[in-house]
Amino acid sequence: MAVIPVERRSLTLVERTYFPQIMGAMKTTLKHLLGPADTMEYPEQRPAIPPGYRGVPTLVKDPHGREKCVSCQLCEFVCPPKAIRITPGSVPEGAGIDQVEKAPQAFDIDMLRCIYCGLCEEVCPEEAIFLQNQYSMSGYSRAEMVNHKDRLYELGGTLPDTHFKWDVKKAAEESAGEHH
Amino acid sequence: MIAYFLGLPVMVQAVAKGLAVIVVLFPIAAACSMAERKVCAWIQCRPGPNRALPPLFGWIPGIGILQRLGVFHLMADGGKFLFKEEPLPDHVNKPYYVLAPVVAMVPAFTTVTVVPFGAYLGSGGAVVPLMLANVDVGILAVFAVASLGIYSLILAGWASNSKYAFLGGVRASAQLISYELSMTLAVLPVFLWVNEPGSAGSLSLARVVEFQSRPGFWGGSWFLFTMPVSALIFAVALFAETNRQPFDMPESEADLVGGFHTEYGAFKWSLFFVAEYANMIVGSAVFALLFLGGWNLLPWLPLADLLERLHHATGSALWLHPLVAGLVSVAIFAGKIFLTIFVFMWVRWTVPRFRYDQVMKLGWQKLLPLSIANLIAYTVGIYFLQQ
Repeated sequence: MAVIPVERRSLTLVERTYFPQIMGAMKTTLKHLLGPADTMEYPEQRPAIPPGYRGVPTLVKDPHGREKCVSCQLCEFVCPPKAIRITPGSVPEGAGIDQVEKAPQAFDIDMLRCIYCGLCEEVCPEEAIFLQNQYSMSGYSRAEMVNHKDRLYELGGTLPDTHFKWDVKKAAEESAGEHH
Repeated sequence: MIAYFLGLPVMVQAVAKGLAVIVVLFPIAAACSMAERKVCAWIQCRPGPNRALPPLFGWIPGIGILQRLGVFHLMADGGKFLFKEEPLPDHVNKPYYVLAPVVAMVPAFTTVTVVPFGAYLGSGGAVVPLMLANVDVGILAVFAVASLGIYSLILAGWASNSKYAFLGGVRASAQLISYELSMTLAVLPVFLWVNEPGSAGSLSLARVVEFQSRPGFWGGSWFLFTMPVSALIFAVALFAETNRQPFDMPESEADLVGGFHTEYGAFKWSLFFVAEYANMIVGSAVFALLFLGGWNLLPWLPLADLLERLHHATGSALWLHPLVAGLVSVAIFAGKIFLTIFVFMWVRWTVPRFRYDQVMKLGWQKLLPLSIANLIAYTVGIYFLQQ
């Protein structure tokens, strides 16, 4: 490494009075004093949520309003803090999703345990669970902090779907007339 | 009503006037704490306290401005300090512990008696200062009484029976004693100049303003221009005397928790706080009187001239009414005090704290010789000027 000699000059008389530095500092602070505040005043102003933000996990429906979750429980297994609890059940009659075998009877996410890691979203083969934009969760009791299935669908809403995986499979099945 | 007031015994009048001044000064001192928080916030690019609003007050139009300025935070703080529990730690020396905040308040409010805060035009156009006691000791009384304030810090530090409080008290006393010398020496040239040969000697602060209101180039100029070094030394010493940043050794919360008031809480703590701001106000007032021309709006424009010009410009004799003149002068003087206090706050949130050895070095090795040299130079100069 090259050794760079640095000239260390002693302070001049004016500098030793501290005044030039203090005046410069006061000019800077005055500029900030007169300038706008950087603070975002939270409840009134909300931050812009960037794409890919990992907020509260939610369940989503497909554009036809059908439940996407097939109750495979992969998210339950992958969840590091074990925040997800799924009770599998049969598909209700006339739900329009008779091509799948199961649907969740109960789907609970304990938001006191959730660490917002997004592994559930990543592991889901059905693209049924998404960490969306909601970042503020609060409640007055532990029970209130558990999101049940209806609440999860309410938070999730409907997301656009480009694959319609089961529709494609169903169509292929029908046209081929045989099991896939 | 004025006739009734003047008919009262002198003692009652004096007590009423004193109470009136304290009733005004106490809330201003408290409001300074909110101003401090707001200035701090603005300098740090924050909005500062702006949320508190009593229920139903939101209906009043325009109250949002007061809310944004944090006025209700101030009220909430005051109410909290009044009603919260008064802690009295077990390990303290109780009589002195309780006495210390009182000792802090007394000098802070006593110095106001000799500080004029305005003037009105009496009979024959003479400018009569508005003050509680126009005594000749003036500045001497301010220094004498203000230096008693050290005892409160020493008492608080010692009675708290805690090492941090004790260190804070020791630092405070050493610092205040060191800077008092330079402060007094810095003011002497002003009074040397004011007490011309042939005039009756006086240390009254009102006299200094009177001197700065004379006609002519030298008469009308403020002492800030004729004695910049004195003004500078006085200002620096004032920062040290009021324990403000960069000289807030006694508190230095980074190394001493809270300094001399570490063991204090609730109302007793707030008394220290109000005393500190009251000291700041009185200090700023003295600075404004000595170096900034008191209640004269501009250099070379004394109050009497200003009112005369307003009288001519508007054609209204109202300007010469003692009450209006008094209000104008008090407003001008208060403006100067608030400006000085703003500079105090501005410096506090700009400059980092000195190390203790730097404080001592600055006080004894820089300011003291400078103030002595300044005194000698001005003594010689004034001798030749007034011969």
